Amino acid sequence: MRVGATRIGLAVVVGALAELSGVALTATATWLIMRAAEQPPMAALTVAIVAVRALAMARGGLRYAERLTGHSAVLRHAVELRGRVYDSLLRRKNIPSGDALTQLVSDVDKKLDVLLRCLIPASVAGLVSLVAIAVATSWPLTIGLLLTGVALPLVSAALARRRLSTCAPLRARLADHAVFLVHGREELVAFDLLDDELAKAGRIAKTLASKERTADLTALAILVQFGTALLMLTQGDPAWLVLGAIAAFEVTLPLTTLAQASPLGDPAVGWGRDELPTPIISAGTDNSGPRVHLAGKINSATAVPLAGRIAIVGPTGAGKTTMLNAIARQLEPCRGALADAHVFNTTVRANVLLAKPDATQEELDRAAEIVELDLDWDTRVGERGEQISGGQRQRLILARTVLADPEVMLLDEPTEGLDPKQADAVLERILANCRGTAVVVTHRMEQLRLFDHVHHRGPVGDEDVRRVGQPLVTDLDELGQRAG
Amino acid sequence: MVDRRHLVALIPIPLLVLAQAELLARVLTGNGGVALLALVVAARAGVIWLNRYLGQRAAAATTVRLRMRFLRSPGSRAGEVATLVTRGVDAVEPYVAGYLPQMVLAALVPVAVIVRLAFADVTAALTIAVTLPLVPVFAALVGAHTRDRTKTQLDALSALGGHFLDVVKGIGTLRAFGRAEAQSVTVRQLADQHVSATMSTLRVAFLSALVLELVATLSVAMVAVPVGLRLLDGGVALHTALLVLLLAPEAYLPLRAAGAQFHASAEGKAVLDQVPDLPSDTGCPAPDLLGAEIVFESVTVRSLRDFTLRIAPGERVALVGPSGAGKSTVLGLLLGFVRPDSGRVLVGGVDLRDVDQAEWLRRVAWMPQRPTVVPQDLSSGERQQVALNRALAREDAGLFLLDEPTARLDPETEAKVLRDCRGFLRGRTTVLVAHRPALLDEVDRVVRIEAAA
Repeated sequence: MRVGATRIGLAVVVGALAELSGVALTATATWLIMRAAEQPPMAALTVAIVAVRALAMARGGLRYAERLTGHSAVLRHAVELRGRVYDSLLRRKNIPSGDALTQLVSDVDKKLDVLLRCLIPASVAGLVSLVAIAVATSWPLTIGLLLTGVALPLVSAALARRRLSTCAPLRARLADHAVFLVHGREELVAFDLLDDELAKAGRIAKTLASKERTADLTALAILVQFGTALLMLTQGDPAWLVLGAIAAFEVTLPLTTLAQASPLGDPAVGWGRDELPTPIISAGTDNSGPRVHLAGKINSATAVPLAGRIAIVGPTGAGKTTMLNAIARQLEPCRGALADAHVFNTTVRANVLLAKPDATQEELDRAAEIVELDLDWDTRVGERGEQISGGQRQRLILARTVLADPEVMLLDEPTEGLDPKQADAVLERILANCRGTAVVVTHRMEQLRLFDHVHHRGPVGDEDVRRVGQPLVTDLDELGQRAG
Repeated sequence: MVDRRHLVALIPIPLLVLAQAELLARVLTGNGGVALLALVVAARAGVIWLNRYLGQRAAAATTVRLRMRFLRSPGSRAGEVATLVTRGVDAVEPYVAGYLPQMVLAALVPVAVIVRLAFADVTAALTIAVTLPLVPVFAALVGAHTRDRTKTQLDALSALGGHFLDVVKGIGTLRAFGRAEAQSVTVRQLADQHVSATMSTLRVAFLSALVLELVATLSVAMVAVPVGLRLLDGGVALHTALLVLLLAPEAYLPLRAAGAQFHASAEGKAVLDQVPDLPSDTGCPAPDLLGAEIVFESVTVRSLRDFTLRIAPGERVALVGPSGAGKSTVLGLLLGFVRPDSGRVLVGGVDLRDVDQAEWLRRVAWMPQRPTVVPQDLSSGERQQVALNRALAREDAGLFLLDEPTARLDPETEAKVLRDCRGFLRGRTTVLVAHRPALLDEVDRVVRIEAAA
């Protein structure tokens, strides 16, 4: 962070020097012309002529240097920020949902953008204004710069904030609608509902557009700029000071617009620091053998020793997946692997290898054989990779779990999407090769012969349905305490 | 797509720039005119306000149109579309309300300045007329030089951004396998490598900005110093000298402003480039399914290779086969959502490609593998049942497509579902994807689809 702050500080200083040479160039050139009109000896102008030429060169060079130092500082900061966001996620006990993670990543990018496009230019303008105020010691200029550099940007930011808070719910609704339209598109087309849904989205989009517009204060800032100049002229300030002041104002003019996109106008973008919630670190390792209390959607907690091959069966909606997730949360990572997983944007090999990076090709091939994985090891998969079918994805994830060979293997309908013969054969081989405990949610009665214990989840009765919610939370808390 | 009418309101600006410089020079030489100057300044601010207002209105109209277009023909990645219709189209505002007006000014103002200076001081007018074109010329040169590198760089950057997102989304998986800590280093290393590569490209890319700044400032020096020297020997009037000094930077200002807005506008332009064409949905009327035979004529698409199948009217067909063989693709072909790479799907002798899709879909009842247009607070099995009931409620449909209707159901529910289907589907043309053997008793014919070798 220290190094990052120094880099950003350097970018600000270089930027301020570039802008100051521009202001000084205008002031000196004006002085030169006004003085020349008095027709003094040539020698009186020599310094000014050299200064004008030097400042003209300096401004271009410094501006180039500013852009490089600024981008370099922000990019280096990006490395650090991403690393820290990742680390703080690592320390959290519960990983947020996929959407929340996507949001987190785009927030990080937005913060960096704000740093480069708002915070650095604002700091440059501030520094330039301070120097201008100190050099000119003119009260109209001081007040004018305070107006364009502080007051107007603050008003502009406040307007943007108000606009955002009216628009945020509409934007969220539009985003939900967009997701719904993509996921359900084929269904909506098939059921002839697409036009209705589009019309609904269209109404939101129109309302949003009417509320997104906000008063632009740039015209007001320009009025202040020349109003100040007029005031200075009537006061009898010298020409070089007046034109220099106009040039100094130019540096602060963009702030009115920039403020809208800054953290002042949009609190969600943050100040370039990561403001993630304090991580919750799970301390200590339980050295006794894993023993898990099976509980689920309903309040009947049943203690079952976690050993052997356990099947969880029960009617649709009885809370089987909830139960499996509850077990997963109680286990230390490495000890239990829940085979509901992300397929990374890389080769099949890398995706499977992450379970055991030092695995040999033989081990890989063996895992593939167990789950009948028929993908080439070097095929790229994931969002940017090749499209694979649901069953192939399922088997890739299973291959990973088999290679990991965890103490407790948690599988949620592992063979759904595979044809029955393949499904039974694959599960049989997985269970035969599992050295520890396996807990499997399944619907296929034909598979039950493969298990040591079959745990039945009863159907959710009326009184249980009413109790879903509060008891669920209490149960899981209790479970956590007992496990921890 | 983009509204441009608001640009007309920019026309007074070059005239006001000239008037303002003229009057400022007059006031500075002590010839009065402060009141007139104040009036011109007020007019300039008013015109700018009007422009911003009209620009924002044009941007808002464009935004609504874009949002609707993106929603009508979205891509396949929901997250990207959601971002595009909310934050993505925001990028169009700086393009429409900022960049476009600035480009118009960059064309109008320099011309006005050069014409005015030609009457005041020919040398100054020539200096500007010669140096100003250097800016776009050099920008184009640098641009051409860095285009390929920048393109590679941008691809690499988006891959890097994608990598970070990918790793963050998979953090649960990484943790389950004890690999999360190791990635902490990788995330930093990868980002670090790309910073170095990006900076080397930027050093060249920013050269065009350097030239723009240098030309703008040096020409001010090139105009001011000679004018100052001519003032010394009385070769030029103070008013003219001041006019030259005030107008010279104005010629370069719009170009510099446009350059500054180039980044924001590039984003907006990129969004505009992604605008999908409206799907043209005209086709011939759908054939009557009661007497129409459905024929797959050596269809090849995705994992299907030379797939051939005839379905008689009223026949119930079950598709079985290993996962990934293309069972759901067959249903997609029948719905018209998947188009064959080669071969044809014929209904009553008509290529399905030529049939009006909306009308065709009104005759088809479909139960998808993973229903989404159902309440999301149900379990996956319950959602499945809702979707099945909805498909079976379409009694007037001539073709029923059921994708694993009993997946994720317990055997008891499955048996009940099968009972319900049995009577209903008899005599109705049906194609169903089956993994469970119980389903196979309910059909007239079982078609096995083998995985492509």
